[in-house]
Amino acid sequence: MKLSFSINQKYLSIIATISVFVILYIVSCIVFEGFFSEMVFINFFIDNAFLGISAIGMTFVILSGGIDLSVGSVIAMTGVITATLVEQAHLDPLIVVPIALLSGSFLGLLMGCIIHFFDAPPFIVTLGGYFLARGIGQVISLESLPIYHPFFQFFIMEGIPIGDTVIIPYIVVIFLVLFVIAVYVAHYTRFGRNVYAIGGNIQSARLLGVPIGKTRVGVYTLNGFCSALAGIVYTMYTSGAWSLSGKGFELDVISAVVIGGTLLSGGVGFMAGTMFGVLISGIIQTFITFQGQLSSHWTRIVIGVLVFIFILLQRFFSSLPVSSKATRVTYASMREQAELTK
Amino acid sequence: MIESTPILQVKSLSKSFPGVKALAGVDLSVWTGEVHALMGENGAGKSTLIKLITGVYRRDQGEIIYNGEKVNFSSPREAQEKGISTVYQEVNLIPTLSVAENIFIGRFPPEGVKINWKSIKKSAEDSLKKLDLCLDVTQPLSSFPIAIQQMIAIARAVDFQAKVLILDEPTSSLDAKEVNLLFSIIRKLRDDGLGIIFVTHFLEQVYEISDKITVLRNGLLVGEFETQSLPRLELVAKMMGKDLEEFENTEKKLDSAVQVNGNRKNGKSFIQIRGFGKKGMIYPFDLEINKGEVLGLAGLLGSGRSEMAKLLFGIERADKGKIYIDKKAVSGSSPKFSIKKGMGFCPEDRKTSGIIEDLTVRENIMLAVQTRQGLFRKIAKKKQDEIVAQYIKALNISTPSPEQKIKNLSGGNQQKVIVARWLASQPRLLILDEPTRGIDVGAKAEIQKLILKLSREGMSILFISSELSEILRCSTRIAVLRDKVKVAEMMNQDIDESAIMQAIAEEDNGN
Amino acid sequence: MAIKDLTRDLTKRIASSHIKWSLIIFFVILLFNFIFTPNFFHIEIKNGRFYGSIIDVFNRAAPVMLAAIGMTLVIATGGIDISVGSVMAISGSIAAVLIAKMDVPFWMVLCLPLVFSALLGAWNGLLVSYIGIQPIIATLILLVAGRGIAQLVTDGQIIVFEHPPFEFIAGGSLFGLHFPIIISFGVFLIILFLFKFTALGLFVESVGGNSEASKYCGINAGRIKLVVYIVSALCAGIAGLIAASNIKAADPNTSGDGLELNAILAVVIGGTSLNGGKYFLVGSVIGALIMQSLTTTILTMGVPVQVTLVVNAIVVLVVCLIQSKNFRDILAGIFKLDFRGLLRRMPLKGGNK
Ligand SMILES: Nc1ncnc2c1ncn2[C@@H]1O[C@H](COP(=O)(O)OP(=O)(O)OP(=O)(O)O)[C@@H](O)[C@H]1O
Ligand SMILES: [Mg+2]
Repeated sequence: MKLSFSINQKYLSIIATISVFVILYIVSCIVFEGFFSEMVFINFFIDNAFLGISAIGMTFVILSGGIDLSVGSVIAMTGVITATLVEQAHLDPLIVVPIALLSGSFLGLLMGCIIHFFDAPPFIVTLGGYFLARGIGQVISLESLPIYHPFFQFFIMEGIPIGDTVIIPYIVVIFLVLFVIAVYVAHYTRFGRNVYAIGGNIQSARLLGVPIGKTRVGVYTLNGFCSALAGIVYTMYTSGAWSLSGKGFELDVISAVVIGGTLLSGGVGFMAGTMFGVLISGIIQTFITFQGQLSSHWTRIVIGVLVFIFILLQRFFSSLPVSSKATRVTYASMREQAELTK
Repeated sequence: MIESTPILQVKSLSKSFPGVKALAGVDLSVWTGEVHALMGENGAGKSTLIKLITGVYRRDQGEIIYNGEKVNFSSPREAQEKGISTVYQEVNLIPTLSVAENIFIGRFPPEGVKINWKSIKKSAEDSLKKLDLCLDVTQPLSSFPIAIQQMIAIARAVDFQAKVLILDEPTSSLDAKEVNLLFSIIRKLRDDGLGIIFVTHFLEQVYEISDKITVLRNGLLVGEFETQSLPRLELVAKMMGKDLEEFENTEKKLDSAVQVNGNRKNGKSFIQIRGFGKKGMIYPFDLEINKGEVLGLAGLLGSGRSEMAKLLFGIERADKGKIYIDKKAVSGSSPKFSIKKGMGFCPEDRKTSGIIEDLTVRENIMLAVQTRQGLFRKIAKKKQDEIVAQYIKALNISTPSPEQKIKNLSGGNQQKVIVARWLASQPRLLILDEPTRGIDVGAKAEIQKLILKLSREGMSILFISSELSEILRCSTRIAVLRDKVKVAEMMNQDIDESAIMQAIAEEDNGN
Repeated sequence: MAIKDLTRDLTKRIASSHIKWSLIIFFVILLFNFIFTPNFFHIEIKNGRFYGSIIDVFNRAAPVMLAAIGMTLVIATGGIDISVGSVMAISGSIAAVLIAKMDVPFWMVLCLPLVFSALLGAWNGLLVSYIGIQPIIATLILLVAGRGIAQLVTDGQIIVFEHPPFEFIAGGSLFGLHFPIIISFGVFLIILFLFKFTALGLFVESVGGNSEASKYCGINAGRIKLVVYIVSALCAGIAGLIAASNIKAADPNTSGDGLELNAILAVVIGGTSLNGGKYFLVGSVIGALIMQSLTTTILTMGVPVQVTLVVNAIVVLVVCLIQSKNFRDILAGIFKLDFRGLLRRMPLKGGNK
């Protein structure tokens, strides 16, 4: 057996994503004093835990070849539901949180069923979900609702201590645990592989005996759940809820997933890529705050430029030539046969 | 030991699509331990019958009895779970998944929640080894050529614990060697007591492997026959619904055309290729094609035939070498450029690089003509209709109308449309990569005849085919490739099948 | 005779195409208004110009319609352009600055914003076709940065101006019709014919349907994509001029906000699939009209703000259910609807002659 450094093609884009993150991080650390610290690094996660949770669900959706525009609204809706039930109905958070999670999942289930059984385009169906969830949120309350319940403070204030001064808050722990589960589901379970299969080619997947219905409905339900969880984490993070929050959030989530190397056309991508997609949005935000003196319009332009540079680098890395040996086909018996004919 | 009822029985099955009656009252009985060939022209309804059996389509009428019970599969998954293993026509795998996953998707071993990738990889390698294939099963399927993909689809299907195995044109892009391997596996499965349905357009294969033949024509049942007691010509006549004589006549015409072709003097040189090559794809080669000449390209799967064609047409950019057309060096390599220079290329993999599914038959045919005309000189609808009608007739494309979406055509008819696309563009050099893949006997003869006719009119043709007999029949000169190197070139008069075989298979000395 | 044939041909083609369903939806909305809002179809002529709710629908639909026209082509190639809102804002801002702060001839006020829009479109196209960035990300860059550029142009302010010739764009009229209606339908017709009477339309559908196979046919997919992104940005630029002219100001922050979603929705309602391939320009125009008539309806009905979104949701769902063949089959199954039989039994024959 010969030793060779051929990388499997499919890992190229994820390797590119990670390298670019590392480069960006190192550059930031050199440029800005104080960038290189545990606190800043953990803040990437704290500030983006809800984005990350939502992006995990969205990764499944996009991998399956679909899209879900309702996430921002679902976050607002579950936030409003949670805040109202806790602060106005004085229900125990341990009852409220499951209710909120169920409502998000149910909306996802509903959209998944419509998409599957009526063969309707995910874009429109989830846009319907977008209006519906936001509408429900607004019907419940138009005001911004603060949350004082200690249960919600707990998850952001407390956490797992590392070192003497730094803690990893529980919302980050939730995010990381969910991420590990998601990686497992995506790569080691039938459901996960079926998601990849239907994203790759849904007609063929059907012929190969992949349960299309179960998988698609499952994906949207899962994403509904993730959005609801993101909504709860968001209320923890902001100590409040508002039916208008999370506007345009769906685009942030989708772009984090796609920047992470997942193809919007479905079937290609990694959960780990999404993690780095989220971290990259984190780094860009932190970059801007460290820069500090940018006017609001320059901020936007700089964000755009950073995304551009990042994508360019990623393209460059993933287009590096791979050894073509990996796709060589040999015939086990060719040599023997050739000798026989002589 | 034959049981008293067939393992799979189909009774008066009917199915209509908008504008087409694909099947009308068809019966089929498959017994355990037999290989049952399903024959018919392109568009006769073979694939539709199979898809009705496995629950891809919902039938309009009729019943299916499987293993003694009436069944009504609502999805291919159900059929698969009940023990009907199917290779559908075209490669219906997932290009983005790895080879191993393609073999196991939809049927991962039941134990545990966690997929054991190690054992999956191992079993995938094992099942490929049965087909004499050795490859990295973790690579995505799309990185392999179509023939290998077809082998992978077969490996998946024969790996099953199935009662019935259905193979819809599994051999369309395979070489003789692979076909032999497949047949030995089929025989073994048959002896194990499987009922096997086998669809092909290769008559030799039918006579080699099948016990019974059911013939369809235009969605109607012609009859069921014992293979032994049905002479070849009669089978063809039954499929085409023509008199024996008529068919023999076309064959004769073709043979005389071949004669004429073989004796013809070469025209002037049209294209000269010097030291053309690309790293990792094909080693530098020289090639010269004369006006009005058919140059055949022979070689094993993966020997570099398609790569040579792709390079020539500018799909991939060569990193060495020069091309001279009409003695003048040409620079530039893109399909568009090649088309402008009068080339045409009918690619091998019709699903990914041939058809544009959502466009109509007319649009699919007109594409190459239109690019040749240029963006701004749109061909008038009336002219389009004329051209399209002409080729639908010439190639006997069975479609309810030129405005039918091409994806609704049968596989063979899609192939004919792609061939028509390039014929219609009237190139000076036409590269045909497996043009008769999945095409029925009648149409195949028509296409071969057309090739000879066009070359007589001065068109140069580079003809790639896995079927040696076809190459021998059509080409004036033959080039042989082995392991991405051009190893031989010979005049057709001088050689026969065995000489080419030798050139193809011979290993380099001292290797 | 010829006209009769033509209309028969047209009805046949509509009946067999996707557009049928969006047309039906549009008519249902109109019918609803006909019954419940009596003044909806009331048209009066003031100063030689038509006024009325229905005219208003066409007038207000103009920006979304324009964006949807460009978006249709982009989507047909298998792409998506989410930067249209930002391009719209930039174009409006440039025009406003040119009018308010610089002394340039009027033709330049019209041309410069459009030229700049086209450049932005070319940028999108380059990223997508030559660098190979996924369309949603390529255009996301401009979505984010574009608003910054617009703010930069106006220095973050809302620029108010007065300039009668420029105000004509949104406020003027021709043949009794509001000028935006003329513009949007003009652009629609130009693009329809440009893509129909050259092979562009065919090539766009072919690239979107199977870009690999198109390559084999000698189609330069990169160039085709470049063209459609430019067209899309141009359409958005024109929409920006209309919007700026309408409010006699440029608002870099809110102009064109959410335009991309509305445009995409109009395209999808019109029957074009987000996967690319076949496109239906007429469908997209109807899609834009459907959305505007809905908004107008909801406004005139006086639905409370909170409920508006829920109504929107229900309508969107109904729209996509009606377009779903499965759903129609199920409905037909439930009601055992036998349209043909119903028609046969109706005494329709031998009516007015
Ligand atoms: N999805 C579909 N929609 C409309 N028509 C269809 C569809 N599938 C098949 N047909 C039509 O049904 C007929 C039978 O097609 P089928 O694919 O069964 O032929 P076949 O015998 O397998 O031919 P081939 O040898 O070319 O594969 C053809 O005329 C085809 O045009
Ligand atoms: Mg077939």
